[in-house]
Amino acid sequence: MSRGIRIAAGQGFWGDWLEAPYRQVTGGPVDYLMMDYLAEVTMSIMQKQKSRDPSLGYAKDFIPLMERILPILAERKIKVTANAGGVNPRACAAAVADTARRLGLRKLKIGVVSGDDLLGRIDGLLARGHALGNLDTGRPLRDVRDRVLSANAYLGAWPIVDALRQGADIVITGRVTDTGLTLAPLIHAFDWHANDWDLMAAGTVAGHIIECGAQASGGNCLVDWQRIPDLANVGYPIVEARADGSFEIVKHARTGGRINVAGVTEQLVYEMGNPRDYITPDCVADFTTIELKQSGKDRVRVSGVKGKPATDKLKVSIAYFYGYKAVGTLVYAWPDALAKAQAADRILRQRLKDLKLDFEAIHTEFVGVDATHGRLAREARESEDVPEVQLRVGVRARSEAPVERFTREIAPLILNGPPSVTGFAGGRPKPEEIVAYWPALIDKQVVKPMVEVVEV
Amino acid sequence: MKKQLLEIAHARSGDKGDTANVGLIALKPEHYPVLVKQVTAARVARHFKGMITGKVERFELPNLQALNFLLHGALDGGGTISLKTDAQGKVFSTALLRMEIEVPR
Repeated sequence: MSRGIRIAAGQGFWGDWLEAPYRQVTGGPVDYLMMDYLAEVTMSIMQKQKSRDPSLGYAKDFIPLMERILPILAERKIKVTANAGGVNPRACAAAVADTARRLGLRKLKIGVVSGDDLLGRIDGLLARGHALGNLDTGRPLRDVRDRVLSANAYLGAWPIVDALRQGADIVITGRVTDTGLTLAPLIHAFDWHANDWDLMAAGTVAGHIIECGAQASGGNCLVDWQRIPDLANVGYPIVEARADGSFEIVKHARTGGRINVAGVTEQLVYEMGNPRDYITPDCVADFTTIELKQSGKDRVRVSGVKGKPATDKLKVSIAYFYGYKAVGTLVYAWPDALAKAQAADRILRQRLKDLKLDFEAIHTEFVGVDATHGRLAREARESEDVPEVQLRVGVRARSEAPVERFTREIAPLILNGPPSVTGFAGGRPKPEEIVAYWPALIDKQVVKPMVEVVEV
Repeated sequence: MKKQLLEIAHARSGDKGDTANVGLIALKPEHYPVLVKQVTAARVARHFKGMITGKVERFELPNLQALNFLLHGALDGGGTISLKTDAQGKVFSTALLRMEIEVPR
């Protein structure tokens, strides 16, 4: 039997625990460190940063992290796959190379995967009949063309495999699927073939399980949550894979958290659509074929995964400017806390109406009563005289002026509305720009992934 | 006897645009058929009446003793557009676990 490999999850999103990657590469043996940085709207934030400074547009925290762990990676021969490159993977790679030189590390090979950025090609694509219609609403992209801020195709595992085959130690990508970051090292290590769909699906499922970091090892897990040990010291998940496509989810010894069938199952169904058709650029995985088994303490075996051929499309993540929003809050105290907050909401809405402000939406929540479970919870609490309620009102509009005016209508309620009100120390809420997400599909053949490997 | 889903199942939820998904998982294998029979798409749509604007779809995963529900139009536009505290649909999971069902003794 061939030697297995261990792929460790280091970041589940941009802003995840800074200690996790360090702990993953120092807490025990691993072969790869996989880090997912990109959420749906992250690309537009990065595009904005790049437009202000052409050397930016990637996950900046990746650089100090690399500074901290590069010597360890070099010593232990651990490779990295990360989509930290955002909309500027080359600049990200250059910054990592600078860091490596400063640390005196030689012969480090950095792979850069790009070609996902379609922003400059949109008009050409539209002209050639690619409608880039919104997958959820069906609307054609032309409707919002002049407000598009970023457009990136989701690349799959293969460009990363290409970089690894060219000897890359660190592979930095733009918009690559979260699952591709895990599948690629498996393809590379075991020499899997592109049309072996069951293996592609197995690696994709492995990626799905660890792409949200500790969500597979005890974090955000409902079952027996009070008995999950030592979350302060939670061990992030590691895929221990074999060439036949079976793998185990484990974590380092002497770490907190818990890896069991219930927790892995929760992560499998997280953000799932039709479980028979989990579509990625690399395959279509069938989640109804996955078999889970507790194979030891903090060790879950995953096997049986079946896959189907990949489609001829890639998903495109487009961000466009939508409008403005603001959220204001006030806290009302016992007695009659809920009734006071409700009265304040009515008064506020009357004033907004009298000012003839044009909002697309006004949304009220009573935190402590209905903010999370709406009517289902409110019905149970309405008879209860709760100690406090936070009134939370949000507004949304296409133009900034009404939202700005709304932000000035919260504080006056403290002196001219219902009594026993507090919690306004944060000051006036600020209007926020809304950058919205537009999912679309594009023919695979028009997207050309690019792979470069440079040696420091 | 009547029980809250919380007693026989656990759940995790997330988002895709304006759609929330809720994965509902039986705590014990014998509870899965109870979920399949009683927690139908129509029943879930009634449970969330007034809280979602679109339809409810259900998928079965007998291998994981789980059901996956898609709640369309659950997130006030979803993502960055939404004004909801739960813009990413993270707690629709436990909202579903409030549902009462009939569990055989």
